[in-house]
Amino acid sequence: MKLHEYQSKDLLARFGVTVPGGDVTSDPAEAKAIADRYNGKVVVKAQVLMGGRGKAGGVKLFNDSSEAAAFTKELIGKRLISIQNPDGMIVEKVLIAEQIDIAEEYYVSVLLDRAAGNLVVMLSSEGGMEIEEVAEKTPEKIIRIPVDPAWGLEAFQVRAAVAESGINKIAQGQMVKMILQLVKAYQETDADLIEINPCALTPEGKLLAADAKVSIDENALFRYPEYASAMEDGADDPIEAEAAKLGIAYVRLGGDIGVIGNGAGLVMCSLDEVNAAGGRPANFLDVGGGAKAERVKTCVELVMKDPNVKGLLINIFGGITRGDEVAKGIMEALEQLKLTIPVVARVEGTAAEEALAILKTSSIVGATTMQEAAGKIVELAYK
Amino acid sequence: MSILVNRDTRVIVAGMTGREGTFHTQQMIDYGTKVVGGLTPGKGGTTHIGVPVFNSAHDAVRETGANAAIVFVPAPFAADSVLELEDAGVPFITLITEGVPTQDMVKVVNKIKARGKTQLLGGNCAGIITPGECKMGIMPGHIFTPGNVGMVSRSGTLTYEIVWELTRAGLGQTTCVGIGGDPVPGTRFVEVLRDFENDPATECVVMVGEIGGSDEEEGAEFIKSMTKPVVSFISGRTAPPGKRMGHAGAIISGTMGTPESKVNALLGAGAALADRTSDVAQLVKIALESRKALVR
Repeated sequence: MKLHEYQSKDLLARFGVTVPGGDVTSDPAEAKAIADRYNGKVVVKAQVLMGGRGKAGGVKLFNDSSEAAAFTKELIGKRLISIQNPDGMIVEKVLIAEQIDIAEEYYVSVLLDRAAGNLVVMLSSEGGMEIEEVAEKTPEKIIRIPVDPAWGLEAFQVRAAVAESGINKIAQGQMVKMILQLVKAYQETDADLIEINPCALTPEGKLLAADAKVSIDENALFRYPEYASAMEDGADDPIEAEAAKLGIAYVRLGGDIGVIGNGAGLVMCSLDEVNAAGGRPANFLDVGGGAKAERVKTCVELVMKDPNVKGLLINIFGGITRGDEVAKGIMEALEQLKLTIPVVARVEGTAAEEALAILKTSSIVGATTMQEAAGKIVELAYK
Repeated sequence: MSILVNRDTRVIVAGMTGREGTFHTQQMIDYGTKVVGGLTPGKGGTTHIGVPVFNSAHDAVRETGANAAIVFVPAPFAADSVLELEDAGVPFITLITEGVPTQDMVKVVNKIKARGKTQLLGGNCAGIITPGECKMGIMPGHIFTPGNVGMVSRSGTLTYEIVWELTRAGLGQTTCVGIGGDPVPGTRFVEVLRDFENDPATECVVMVGEIGGSDEEEGAEFIKSMTKPVVSFISGRTAPPGKRMGHAGAIISGTMGTPESKVNALLGAGAALADRTSDVAQLVKIALESRKALVR
């Protein structure tokens, strides 16, 4: 679960990381008061969880509090649209932060090294741009510091790595301190990513986190009830937000064929098959193991909240999930929603025959294999 | 022959008295698995669905001589349960639970590895089955049949899909292993591939991967040295980057974990690659026939 920039900075500040001064607000008058604290020399940043926020016009520098307040008024309630997020997101809050003069920009992050099954710190003297770009053009400028799973990270390891990193000598001591703080923050908040880009060095020689991205492991949220509401706010999409509330694994994909299945691998595979048949999947939805009719019905309703859906594919391989329960759920949803779009269902495994008997009484088109089902729904939906 | 579990495997079920635990324990017993004990703190001394329940893993191991365990304990307590079973000396543990925090798994997986006494399978996996002998997992037993194909997969239902095709094509299985969909798994492809390579009864291996991480690439490196043919399938080939597709580990992060990288690594290693699940059985048949010709 991604945190907003202001939440990320608050979290890191708790662990001693230096961040620029500022505050979050949705009220222009308050924005002016915050900006006044820095003599009007502030940056106003829309708090939306999408890439390309700056290019979308969500970040602007000011030297005057009233102008910062006016921009706040303009941003709140506005939908920002970027290449990464063509649907855009509505701005609900802005961060008013003190402007800092930047002499040099670095990059530092803590993340999971999946291959090693452990944490790793990534450090680069090349900050301010996408780290993927640095990795491609100048991989030698990225330094990796593995964190020992049993003993953690020792200061001497970080000192050695920082000394080699090519960052300014004035900043090296502060960088060592910051890295140790970031690793502590990562471990103590169940983060799955902490990224400081840019990590800024001011002309006065002060190192601070000019921007911050923190993401928390969703599986660990039971330890942090304070993030429960952030989870819903943080979803990229209103249907995804509702799915998160219901505990359903749903991902919006932007196409027009709704896809429902059981088990992540099987659903992913169904999406591949829809694509192979020339269709565009609207979503990923996993009903989970052992779903009853009521749950299946909820899932169909969720998928149908997407107005672009013009065909629905249901692919179930029943293990603990019973086919007849799935069939009942689909029927109930069809009736209640008065669905007129084509629906293709493929049900295999436990209680598949009972399922087919139920589905036969409806307008639902049956299929025996996943490939056939994908072909049929694409044909019917795009007719 | 088979790998990891067989008819002599004596299983303890952690979290047996819960809803999931009860259901699946009954299913395992019905399949013929030797379930020798259950583990629920506070319920020791009782019997549940005909199986004795113990308070601690140490009690359970001492009293039953169990040599394997399956864990259904809810995610917040799962890591502790696994470490308790490991401390009690259980050599093989399967963690079914989905949603265990990643940093819990980092600790569990590294600790178990460092102590070197136990192999952990999962979490977030369907478990393991040696058809006709032992089912230690949540898969529907009836779709499996004994034979000479080994299978290893990151996905439960996709395994069922492909196994069902194999079984209907007359291709039985030695053992099917679900390594699970989490980013830090206890057992990875390469370890299972090595077991199959060393298992005399396994003639061909089916490997089912998906987007995210680099386990398939590591597996591919090992496949280069294998004498047995491998047929592979990769799921999520049209998934967009940056989106977590259900499994915690199924995500393309930047340039990491892309299907292209996995497909290229597997092809480069000489594995046969099925474009669709429905092609797997045919490729296995071809692989088995050409192997027979070679051996002859």
